[in-house]
Amino acid sequence: MRGCLRVLRAGPGATIQDSGRFGFLRYGVTPAGPMDWTAFRTANFALGNNDRAAAIEVSTGGLEVVCEGVPLWVAFAGGAFVWRRSGMVLPKAARIRLEPGETLMARAGEFGAFTYLAVAGGFDTLVVMGSRSTHLRSGMGGIEGRMLKADDVLPTVIPVEERSSECFEAMIDAPWLDRDPNPFRVVLGPQDDYFTPETLSRCFAGVFTLTSAADRMAYRLKGPDIAHARGYDIVSDGVALGAIQIPGDKQPLVLMADRQPTGGYPKLGHVVRADIGRLAQLRPGETCCFREVSVAEARAALLACEDEIATTVQRLHPLRLALTSERLFEANLIGGVVDPLDSEQTEEEF
Amino acid sequence: MLSKPRYLPAGESALVVEFGATIDPGIHDCVLALDAAIQHANFEGVTETVPTYRSLMIHFDPRRLAAETLITALAKLEDTLKPARTPPQRWHIPACYDSPHDEDIAEVAAFLGLPRAQIIDLHQGARYRVYMYGFAPGYIFLGGLPPELTIPRRAVPRSPAPPGSLLIAGGQALIASCAMPTGWYGIGRTPVKVFDPRRAKIFLAGIGDEICFERIDGEAFDALSLTAEAGELCARGERLDEL
Repeated sequence: MRGCLRVLRAGPGATIQDSGRFGFLRYGVTPAGPMDWTAFRTANFALGNNDRAAAIEVSTGGLEVVCEGVPLWVAFAGGAFVWRRSGMVLPKAARIRLEPGETLMARAGEFGAFTYLAVAGGFDTLVVMGSRSTHLRSGMGGIEGRMLKADDVLPTVIPVEERSSECFEAMIDAPWLDRDPNPFRVVLGPQDDYFTPETLSRCFAGVFTLTSAADRMAYRLKGPDIAHARGYDIVSDGVALGAIQIPGDKQPLVLMADRQPTGGYPKLGHVVRADIGRLAQLRPGETCCFREVSVAEARAALLACEDEIATTVQRLHPLRLALTSERLFEANLIGGVVDPLDSEQTEEEF
Repeated sequence: MLSKPRYLPAGESALVVEFGATIDPGIHDCVLALDAAIQHANFEGVTETVPTYRSLMIHFDPRRLAAETLITALAKLEDTLKPARTPPQRWHIPACYDSPHDEDIAEVAAFLGLPRAQIIDLHQGARYRVYMYGFAPGYIFLGGLPPELTIPRRAVPRSPAPPGSLLIAGGQALIASCAMPTGWYGIGRTPVKVFDPRRAKIFLAGIGDEICFERIDGEAFDALSLTAEAGELCARGERLDEL
């Protein structure tokens, strides 16, 4: 018997995502895929999944699911969301076994805009053009091409009992997902020659704020004006993840997972792959800055980042201990703050 | 041999090979020639290519391929290339310019000072080249619109044009694959589904293919719409090298 998760409540922004829909970029098909690939991959790797496995991307709107049928191994990671199993607080990144009837709830926490809930083997939703990723604008993938809602049933690909013997409940120690105030690294091009060197220096010295115009397609930032030296209307060319487009209003628009594969504004540069997940985790109102790097540096950063994430399975710490220290840590930091939802905390048993 | 391209980085995972900055069949031929050569060469690490009007975007896996290695390999490849298209197809696509599918034609006629019949004749009589896809899945960007039909884009986008809309603006033409708000003008509509993920041939036309419109009336439009909905192509294709 296959297990499944039933959605009890889904805030705006909860979608099914795998690593993305590739092979059709030339036909205008948006790749979609996770906003923060580092967190998505971490959650999948903690379960022994590869990164093609479909997971739930949860945004700040939160999510609550219940396990049905058979026990399920799940893992979650990304940002500092607050996770609860049937009311009991869990670490921000963990691998656990959900028993039938147990609920799992995520809500936005201290930082981060996206977190991922993966299941051993991945969720088995309809594959459209080689991918289960949801693209909302074209209504493709996921469940009916839309955000998740209450009563959606998400079956898993494989029976989970086969692998459960080698699993233990664990906290995932993934420092690469920690909050990091360092500038986002940028490779210049392809249209950096549409801007004067002075304008580029001003851009790299400036502080930008994420506006509320931030969705899976693009993040609009507000900061110093980035004036074009040669106009802003270019004949359309290809667009890659992280492209920093400068449209007529001189304010940067960073293209994210749901970008169109072609576009018509000058692209000053690209936020490097190693930093794009961290950028995705910004919330409107938060600030950031940028630093120029070479293609070779960007590549080295990406490979190092991938290598680090590949160590996920070696960084699992049995949950009991982890929870205890987490509890102490939390008690020290936020002692005295009362959350009505936490009223049952004192009765928790680990 | 191709005109010397510029190699421009698009991050660490993509490279732009730019042959020019304008919309020009000669530039597009270079883009398509390189695209075909790369597919033929089957480069280790190249994951996907995206031809556009003036450049080819090459997506690759940086773990398997570094940008400088790719550029060296491309430079060698280009010396042996000829700007030619792989045998393109010519698609005959039914087009209806009758009400209610001619939504914006009166507006275009007033702006251009041309009679409605002439707008239809010009649009229907031209031969178009598929330059690229963009905007949304399956949205086809065409070159070859008669210059008499050059009209600037709307300052404010109009309400979503239905799938199959034949749109013009900025000296270009396109075929809409799905309903999206647009700054372009809809002057006709085809019952053909240029994009249908349920069909074996998901996308009708390849980049570089030629497109001709064949005029149909409203009755034929309705009949063909049903056939298209059932999964038929409803467009006739012929290999251009066999003509």
